[in-house]
Amino acid sequence: MTPFTYCRAADAAEAIRLGAQAQAKYLGGGTNLVDLLRETLEQPAALVDITGLSSAIEERPDGGLLIGAAAKNTAVAEHRAVRTRYPVLSRAIVAGASAQIRNMATVGGNILQRTRCTYFYDNEGSRCNKRAPGQGCDAIDGFNRNHAILGTSPACIATHPSDMCVALAALGAVVHLRSTCGERMLPLTDLHRLPESHPEIETMLDPGELITAVELPALPFAARSTYRKVRDRASYAFALVSVAAALELQGDTVKDVRLALGGIAPKPWRAWKAEAALKGRPAIAESFRVAAELELAGAKPLRDNGFKVELAVRTIAAVLDELTGERA
Amino acid sequence: MSITINGLKTHLPDDPRVSLLDLLREHLHLPGAKKGCDQGACGACTVLADGGERILACLALAVQYEGRSITSIEGLTDNGELHPLQRAFIEHDGLQCGYCTPGQICSAIGMAEELRRGVPSHVTEDLSAVSIALTSDELRERMSGNLCRCGAYNGIVAAITENFAEAAK
Repeated sequence: MTPFTYCRAADAAEAIRLGAQAQAKYLGGGTNLVDLLRETLEQPAALVDITGLSSAIEERPDGGLLIGAAAKNTAVAEHRAVRTRYPVLSRAIVAGASAQIRNMATVGGNILQRTRCTYFYDNEGSRCNKRAPGQGCDAIDGFNRNHAILGTSPACIATHPSDMCVALAALGAVVHLRSTCGERMLPLTDLHRLPESHPEIETMLDPGELITAVELPALPFAARSTYRKVRDRASYAFALVSVAAALELQGDTVKDVRLALGGIAPKPWRAWKAEAALKGRPAIAESFRVAAELELAGAKPLRDNGFKVELAVRTIAAVLDELTGERA
Repeated sequence: MSITINGLKTHLPDDPRVSLLDLLREHLHLPGAKKGCDQGACGACTVLADGGERILACLALAVQYEGRSITSIEGLTDNGELHPLQRAFIEHDGLQCGYCTPGQICSAIGMAEELRRGVPSHVTEDLSAVSIALTSDELRERMSGNLCRCGAYNGIVAAITENFAEAAK
């Protein structure tokens, strides 16, 4: 690790003041950042510890929930209201990492974690446009079985590794931000950027801008929601494909649906096209498959990850089928 | 700037880059917690924060735990008497080389606390359940963050199962 100063912020106001220093970086649970520091992939001059900021999970007047950005992943997954009203979020969190890591990791840090692309991590041996802009990408012609098939660019094919964010994308979560310029809110689906020609710029956050909370809007039909993760081993592995879904039926028809994908794109991927194709359609396997294929129509598979296209289609269809079967 | 390690208050290092694991092993000469991967992939460095919360000491900067209490495997013995879970690991051959064992034991103690609170896992079918039984599937899923490359998993599962069945009596 390169040397840095460390200080602990007492509140959000102090955090953004300290975070405005040159080359400052916010530190949550450290489960990704400490690793990146050790690999010298991050070399901040100052770390601002924000684990003392709000970790409260509060009811909103409109029936939603407000989750403080310093809330631990475990605390969110075990929260009664999350488990009963947003089960997809509990399911997604417990599908990720290990219990030890979930106990340490914060909600804000989970959102801002960086890709686990092995070429990004291979500091000395590989070219990476995210690590060294303009250098080239060795993943594109390399071992890319784990890489993205949607939203990629000729500069980068890395995936966003979060499970939690896939559920947040499906739920229409809104991220609360604060900086020395004031406060603003951004839908989670607009927070991460696609790589295009600048994969080193991963979010819409301004320098020094702080995630203070994540808001889950009221979504009564999310009580019927779930998360399915397909991976190479049964536990403690990143997703090859994952699906977060919530389904509202009216008789045998899809009244409303939320669908997001993980493991296949550089950002948590809200499946807007599939959602639009499903609304008003009969809740049967054929509709599910047609909608899933429509979402994946733009996939750009590479040498090793072509299997993800059919895997994603089938996983979407299977999850929707499971939720349809849950009708009371 | 202090931290409590196994009940003893100690100074934190001046350099904020020192991980909690290096503080234990290199500064305090407590070699129980192991540096397996040093990147949060193996669980060999698992310790307990504030009595029962299992964390990875390799991904924790020591300075972040200022004012808090950390228990490593060395802190589990009572006047030289092994912790019941340590005895169960010996009885059930829950180890071969022993490198992962301190992490496995601390992790299992943290797991028990999570179960007591009713924290769900990836294999919990009913998310609304208030109490969750420690089935073999639950135990294996909840312990998946601790790798054993000797493959002593059957013994590990037997030791943990027996220990918590005894404790529940």
